[in-house]
Amino acid sequence: MSFAWAKPYEPQSAFTKWVDEKLPLPRLIYSAVGAGYPVPRNLNYMWNFGVLAGFFLMVQIVTGVVLAMHYAANGLVAFATVEHIMRDVNYGWMMRYAHANGASFFFIVIYMHIFRGLFYSSYKAPREMIWLLGVVIFLLMMATAFMGYVLPWGQMSFWGTQVITGLFSAIPLIGETLQVWLLGGFAPDNAALNRFFSLHFLFPFVTAGVVILHIWALHIPGSSNPTGVEVKQESDTVPFHPYYTTKDGFGLGVVLILFTTMIFFLPNFLGHPDNYIEANPLSTPAHIVPEWYFWPFYAILRAFTADLTIPFTGITLIPAKLLGVIGMFGSILLWFLLPWLDKSPVRSGHYRPMFRKFFWFGLIPTMIALSICGGAPAEEPYVIISQIATAYYFLHFLVVLPIISQIEVPKPLPFSITQAVLGGDKPGSTSGGGKIDPESVVEGFPGTATDGSLQPAE
Amino acid sequence: MATDTAATTKLSKSDASLGEGVRRRDWIHIAALSTAGVGGASLLVPLISQMAPSQDVLAQSSTELDISAVQAGQAIKAVFRKQPLFVRRLTPAEIAEANTVDVSSLRDPQTLAERTKVGHEDVLITMGVCTHLGCVPLGAAEGENRGDFGGYFCPCHGSHYDSAARVRKGPAPKNLVVPEYEFKSDTIVRIG
Repeated sequence: MSFAWAKPYEPQSAFTKWVDEKLPLPRLIYSAVGAGYPVPRNLNYMWNFGVLAGFFLMVQIVTGVVLAMHYAANGLVAFATVEHIMRDVNYGWMMRYAHANGASFFFIVIYMHIFRGLFYSSYKAPREMIWLLGVVIFLLMMATAFMGYVLPWGQMSFWGTQVITGLFSAIPLIGETLQVWLLGGFAPDNAALNRFFSLHFLFPFVTAGVVILHIWALHIPGSSNPTGVEVKQESDTVPFHPYYTTKDGFGLGVVLILFTTMIFFLPNFLGHPDNYIEANPLSTPAHIVPEWYFWPFYAILRAFTADLTIPFTGITLIPAKLLGVIGMFGSILLWFLLPWLDKSPVRSGHYRPMFRKFFWFGLIPTMIALSICGGAPAEEPYVIISQIATAYYFLHFLVVLPIISQIEVPKPLPFSITQAVLGGDKPGSTSGGGKIDPESVVEGFPGTATDGSLQPAE
Repeated sequence: MATDTAATTKLSKSDASLGEGVRRRDWIHIAALSTAGVGGASLLVPLISQMAPSQDVLAQSSTELDISAVQAGQAIKAVFRKQPLFVRRLTPAEIAEANTVDVSSLRDPQTLAERTKVGHEDVLITMGVCTHLGCVPLGAAEGENRGDFGGYFCPCHGSHYDSAARVRKGPAPKNLVVPEYEFKSDTIVRIG
């Protein structure tokens, strides 16, 4: 499961020897996230976000379990118990603000984690399963976050539920029955609130289970790295502990400064004032928007404003509402195909000149535009911008990536991670310190030409 | 049958020596797994149907309403199945306007007469739930925006409904739903 040079766990004391025989849990930890796990030596700070995502999952579980001790999932009192938590429960305000902003930070670090995966092609063989499990985790997170936002039972909670469950009513034939079944009534009410609470409590533990599978799958090939060249020798790696526990610890400190700043100084910055008005089934807020982390996908949903028809016959094939729903779910489900859409054998975006242009000047501006449009009212110019951005989003994954992976001439890759970092390839040169020769990173050694000797993605 | 069994037994004996093929114990394995499988799958029925609307929710499925106070040109909001219900008494001008529209040009073709009851052509009863994603359209209360076609306007995603509450513009796929109802008398309506 790891490299041949991984240090085996050697219990020192009689007690640890006794535990190791009975339940080798310390051995598992040692070889999974300890000194017994060799990791590429050149990971940059973009590799911090996996650990940070795990941290925020824990923050959400701990604060969530605490909040559940004081909250009641009943339409009559739910809104009041949230205010009870804010005003009466000791440190309740802190727990609630940590939970609400923790959700936002969870999404921030997850989006950085996905962004890292997209730029460095972490989804490519042999790491497809890690990526697929990651998409499953992301879908679980979205479902959990949506159901959690329902629980305060404010106006945005209520009308968000109405709109999101309304998406299912777009499905032909069974849609309306399905929506009533999901809600347990004809409109969001106590039945919906109760089941969303139950599932909101359950899903984080399901997520934690899939996270374990995600990490398990990661430990088989080991982490990718910024060069995209696989580990070849011991000098390409350092032990996870203490090198990356320290590096992750530093990143965690930086993120905690930002997180606590939000909790203590801007706790409602990312929320909506309308959610401090109790749910009212007879009055819709003027401007319904989901939480910021759903904006890109909400923009795709709203980008489909015309039915798909057969020209000149007036026959509607797919109504606009269903197209929007297909577009929104499709935009994420598309990620399941990504390992097979991008066939380039080179992983890292640093060595892919065309890919890099489309990534920075295509995909990233598109995501920013979709995020802005998703939070804006459904009027011009946001509608047309979100339509163009939605079109590019699908084109990027379905057309641009497959084509550039065929025609692109990648830059020469370094022979190994050691060479990329130190400009030499002898294991002994690791003692030479961190001198980096930037020329060698780009140029490579003679013989690492762009043609046949290109590093395949194995 | 007897010969079949004998043949099977013979076959299975010869196959058993090779460690593959049909064996006598296969039957009990298939029977046991099928019984357990059907039993396990049947558990899905209570597990799925418990999420459907419960009896008390279904019990609220009819409402009686006195509409005598609604004057021509006015509308009221009521509650039916915990959702808003719009009752509007149309003016002769609104009826005429609704009838001049070419029905075949509509996204959801329906005449005004199909959406009202005989003898009460001026009473338009619809759900106050936008058929796009379920927001409450404006236009039932005094002074609210009634959209480009003088009916209802949904502010969420900009759907416009005309005076017969038919969708004319925007993303909504259907007209505002007319629930099942009947006139108990000239002024009392039973909905549901």
